[in-house]
Amino acid sequence: MLGNALLLALRELRRNVMRSILTMLGIIIGVAAVITLVTLGGGATQQVTQQIASLGSNLLMISVGKRIGPGQMSGAEAFKVADAEALARDVPELAAVAPVASGATTAIYANENWSTNVTGSTEEFFPVSNQQIGEGRIFNASEARVGAAVCIIGQTVATKLFGSQSPLNNRIRLQKLSCEVIGLLKSKGQSTMGSDQDDIIVVPLRTYQRRIAGNQDVNMIKVSVKDGVDTERVKQDITRLMRTRRHLAVNEDDNFNVLDMKEIAKMLSTTTQTMTGLLSAVGAVSLLVGGIGIMNIMLVSVTERTREIGIRLAIGALEREVLLQFLVEAVVLSSFGGLIGIVLALATAVVLSGVLQVPFVFQGGIVIIAFLFSATVGVVFGYFPARKAARLDPIEALRHE
Amino acid sequence: MNDPANNNVTPLLELRNVTKIYGTGDAQMQALAGVNLSIYPGEFVAVMGPSGSGKSTCMNILGCLDTPTSGSYLFQGIDVGALNRNQRALLRRNYLGFVFQGFNLLNRTSALENVELPLIYRGTDTATRHRLARQALQAVGLSDRENHTPGELSGGQQQRVAIARAIVTGPSLLLADEPTGNLDSARSIEIMQLLTVFNRDQGITVVMVTHEPDMAAYAKRIVHFKDGLIETDHHNGAQN
Repeated sequence: MLGNALLLALRELRRNVMRSILTMLGIIIGVAAVITLVTLGGGATQQVTQQIASLGSNLLMISVGKRIGPGQMSGAEAFKVADAEALARDVPELAAVAPVASGATTAIYANENWSTNVTGSTEEFFPVSNQQIGEGRIFNASEARVGAAVCIIGQTVATKLFGSQSPLNNRIRLQKLSCEVIGLLKSKGQSTMGSDQDDIIVVPLRTYQRRIAGNQDVNMIKVSVKDGVDTERVKQDITRLMRTRRHLAVNEDDNFNVLDMKEIAKMLSTTTQTMTGLLSAVGAVSLLVGGIGIMNIMLVSVTERTREIGIRLAIGALEREVLLQFLVEAVVLSSFGGLIGIVLALATAVVLSGVLQVPFVFQGGIVIIAFLFSATVGVVFGYFPARKAARLDPIEALRHE
Repeated sequence: MNDPANNNVTPLLELRNVTKIYGTGDAQMQALAGVNLSIYPGEFVAVMGPSGSGKSTCMNILGCLDTPTSGSYLFQGIDVGALNRNQRALLRRNYLGFVFQGFNLLNRTSALENVELPLIYRGTDTATRHRLARQALQAVGLSDRENHTPGELSGGQQQRVAIARAIVTGPSLLLADEPTGNLDSARSIEIMQLLTVFNRDQGITVVMVTHEPDMAAYAKRIVHFKDGLIETDHHNGAQN
């Protein structure tokens, strides 16, 4: 009986191709919207999660300047190496402390040059900022102490200056300093804020201060907090210590700033998830509207097909056969619409993830949910029109014009 | 009025004092006022009468589409009034064929698929279904039109497809409601000849409503309705 209903339903849909497509349109758009939004949202969330992981464990950044507004800092006296040493000595919850001095410089190799950022720091810079060495080595303690002319470069710098050639053991020029490339960092990609984390040259702090900057300043201190320690409390300890060291009176504001990178990243990730949730809700509403569209067209088509139903009933179709045929028509339409929607959504998500530079992450769960939902929509919204059709009086139906 | 030749045979269908009342209260309308009628296997009966005489109501009851208000309708000895909607549908499916004035074919559906329709509801397997449908189309002379839709067929051809659909299941009774009402006289004669052939060669009992005496002349028996009752019921001398 189901086979018969399927045969009759498919014949009916085939002879009304246009009506069938229009009926499916709502479901197609609904399913496509939900899946596209959830897939893109999932990709964005994964991207943020990966960036949090790449930030390094429990990173705090202490930078110079007074916060005078959102994102605005006023100038203030720079840190010294002694500040970093005091932090390492007096705040026991810190796992590592890396004083950082950096500035924009042009790096030159042979006849290639590249404007980039040169960072002077200690060996601890690498674990704290989660930079891993890919080839070669980092500078050792004695090189750091004497301010040796050695550097470690990021992938972007290597590509720009050396192309496909290995940069190791070559000398590059940074202003008046000629230094030997001893290490190549592993690629980290874009940061949460969109900057290229591979566009970097690291030299010993002493080398930077003496040979490039020409002063003893430290712009920033990067520290990592030991596992299982309350970051908020450590932030307070750091603030107290730095206020003392910078001789700030009680009524003066901080002229430095302690930033918890992880907090910002978490906030971004929460925002992304909220956006995904909201967009999915919009998609779900359009799916529901699509379902109601199916019900509308099925109801209209019962009226339009009254005579046809009369013929079927007169010929000897049972009430449940007519019901089943209409139900099968609705389910076939909605699930076929669902399939088209899925294909459309995946294609759109692939294209959009390329445009928006978000990784494409296939979300199997939402695809299955959307398909089941669209099939259910067919059953639920197809039932009432089907019952209406099945209960028609054959005499009245045949007389219908 | 019984045919003397059929004296020992059970009637195919029998109306016993059948009444049909539509509406309630002041709006009540009596369509049939106690009709008695017996039709035997192999008969070809024309039902005539002015509009509102009750002949259409009578056809609906004979076709198991409607049930009497009082009295009983026996089809092959079965009391149709006691059957429910689905049982009557099964009876139509297995024993009846319908031909309507307005053809009532499925639009945008090929002649072959239209003829197949009653076989699908019967659950006939695909191969047999195709074979029987083609045979039926051949019997009405439309073998070369099996893939044409009603829109691509003339009125006469559409009615022939409808006849093929009615006889494809080999019914005991063919009910035709003004089958020539929408056709010119040449097409009408073709249709009447087909009905005569199926009645004579396959022994299908035919009951036909018509307004036209010319068409009624093809029947072996003519029943006249008036005011919900049978006025006259006589054998047609011209044909016998």
